[in-house]
Amino acid sequence: MIDFQPSEEQEMMRDTVGAFARDEIRPAARPADETGAIASALVSKAWQLGLVRGAIPEKFGGDGGERSATTGAIVAEELGYGDLSIALHMLAPRLLAYPVIEMGTDEQRERHLRRLAAADFVAASAAVMEPSWNFDLAALGTTARRDGSSFVLNGTKCYVPLAADSATILVYASNGAGAGEASVDGFLVPRDAMGLAVGDREQSMGLKPLATYQVVLKDCRVGAEARLGGDKGINFTRLMSESRVAFSALSVGMMRAAFEYARDYAKERKAFGVPIASKQAIAFMLADMAIEIDASRLLVWDAASRLDKGEDGLKESYLAKNYVAASALKITDNAVQVLGGHGYIREHPVEMWLRNARGIAALDGLATV
Amino acid sequence: MIDFELEPQTITQLKMYHGVAEQMMRPISRDCDEHEHQKPWKFFETMWSASRLADLQPGRAERPAAGAERPQAGPRLRNLNSVMTTEELCWGDAGLFLSTPNSGLGGAAVNAAGTPEQKAQFLRRFSEGKPKWGAMAITEPGCGSDSAAVATTATRDGDNWVLNGTKIFCTAGEMAVEKSEGFVVVWATVDKSAGRAGIKPFVVDHHTPGMTVARVENKLGIRASDTAMIILDNCRIPLDHILGSPEVRREGGFKDVMATFDATRPIVAAMAIGVGRAALDYVRDFLRDQQIPIRYGISPRKLTAVERDFMDMEVQLKAARLLTWRAAWMLDMGKRNNLEASMAKAKAGLAVTQITQKAVELLGPLGYSRKILLEKWMRDAKINDIFEGTQQINMLIVARRILDYGSKELN
Repeated sequence: MIDFQPSEEQEMMRDTVGAFARDEIRPAARPADETGAIASALVSKAWQLGLVRGAIPEKFGGDGGERSATTGAIVAEELGYGDLSIALHMLAPRLLAYPVIEMGTDEQRERHLRRLAAADFVAASAAVMEPSWNFDLAALGTTARRDGSSFVLNGTKCYVPLAADSATILVYASNGAGAGEASVDGFLVPRDAMGLAVGDREQSMGLKPLATYQVVLKDCRVGAEARLGGDKGINFTRLMSESRVAFSALSVGMMRAAFEYARDYAKERKAFGVPIASKQAIAFMLADMAIEIDASRLLVWDAASRLDKGEDGLKESYLAKNYVAASALKITDNAVQVLGGHGYIREHPVEMWLRNARGIAALDGLATV
Repeated sequence: MIDFELEPQTITQLKMYHGVAEQMMRPISRDCDEHEHQKPWKFFETMWSASRLADLQPGRAERPAAGAERPQAGPRLRNLNSVMTTEELCWGDAGLFLSTPNSGLGGAAVNAAGTPEQKAQFLRRFSEGKPKWGAMAITEPGCGSDSAAVATTATRDGDNWVLNGTKIFCTAGEMAVEKSEGFVVVWATVDKSAGRAGIKPFVVDHHTPGMTVARVENKLGIRASDTAMIILDNCRIPLDHILGSPEVRREGGFKDVMATFDATRPIVAAMAIGVGRAALDYVRDFLRDQQIPIRYGISPRKLTAVERDFMDMEVQLKAARLLTWRAAWMLDMGKRNNLEASMAKAKAGLAVTQITQKAVELLGPLGYSRKILLEKWMRDAKINDIFEGTQQINMLIVARRILDYGSKELN
């Protein structure tokens, strides 16, 4: 039945994480953007919220909470409201944990989840993207060739978050069987495996606090036990839908942050003796931002609720993410515009949000829900 | 809990409406567009009898009575149900949807501002006898979006109200006034000096002496629906035909106009969405026939321009629909939805204007031809960006609400 009302539990989580985002993450955002580093105390504190261990089953030491893409989207929006890059860092271990929870074998769960249910932050990651202008989730260039009882991985990955600090990286590669996303397997590759090299930290126009790396796989041999889901393999389409929902939800939070900042500024800043917000040229930009934020959120919720019903959510999450990517860019750009010259100055956060927003359309597989 | 899945009974109901749209509206769609003032009486009669058999009352939005719990009678989500059925019927034909005999916007006004006795008195006619129409008259030659500037007057004279003024752009006005035993809700001021507070709704019955249809407009689209100019010249109506209280209070009468809009704006948004979906479905089928695939999931950098356009149309329509469902759902939940109704209306009106224009463009010379309905849908769609509050007036409402500004701070 159609319902737009989050459950009481979801509202409680939203409020808790929202307060943390507002009081702890947001003040850290600008310093992190300037230095490229996130205080480890903040990361530890976020870990205590159970963002990763919450969904790890109790028998592996987690909290055994029910995993829901809708709840995940609601929480992600709050984190993104704090700061997109810091949120991506805090959630990065999910990139390995969640696919293992959902599609891993019992041995893989035992081996990886217990470690990620630790008391303090544990880095983990997944390698999805590849350095090509037309990088396509449906046509990965990285290959996995079966050789006897092992697999040999070859290819170059980029934008692998926290790769340098992760003991294990979940590497996605095409196994050559079948077409498109159906041919993709995931491999749990130790960072110190022979043939895996983590490159220098990547430098980007935005998302600066998030440490990402190029990862090169050259005849990297892993055992059959490294293949996520064993012989059953994985549903890569669904994993990528979860990823699109997560990244979109985080982005909606950032859009909201930019909107609120621009709105408050416009009510304060005077021109010709009145607040600029009382001019339709500004007011209509803000109204448009408000509408697009709500539209984006609802598209994300719609995609998330399909995932919660067990569908692969490909079309919904894909359309939602493309919509959010365009809206986020427009909204953050408008936020800069509302602030005028001040928006261009790094004293205000809007230019940072604009730089971060540019990444949404270009990047995939950086978060999951 | 957040959920967007329709219940099986809703799906069944919408299929029935879709059948009506497909079998009764589409076949006469072009003909009604080409012959603007020719009335499809057979369609009217069928819709009228069907509505009485199967609760087929499209677009009958209503607010829960003040202070009342969620309405027990009828579907639990009455307004949500209305926007869904409206979309379905406007997929068939938006002009025919508007011309369908029912209480229409007049009924919405009675529901929003009338007493229980008045609702019974004025609305009973829509469930008996011959086809009837209800209409609402607000707009005047000198005022549109600034409905507070209404110049039509209502003066008390003994046991009557006497109405004087000119109303334009009255949807189904001709049908309500001259072609059936319907009524028009006329908004008039009882006290010009009181501004908005003095504006009150009056029910004026069909064929009331002093009320005439001065002209019926020729329009860009929705030609199956008549748009009338109504002149009130010492038009006398009974005292109890005023909806709500005759007292002039601050925030009084105008609030009732706004209450009507909160229920009808989501309906107009849904009308737009129905037209947009018609265009989208047509383009989807066309591309399929041409064996042009729409590849969801591939790199956005690999999409063709056609794929990109199509996907954008699709997601814009969906965004508008979700906003519209939310606005209607809030009303059903007894929540104030003034902001959300305007958001939905502004978004849907613009999005569908663009979607239908893009659909014509995508089919090139075929799209421009009157052989197919795309060009008609583009013309039909545009009205949803205008009536029931233009896109701009709805943006203004949204802006005021998000800024917490009144009309003084932002105008």
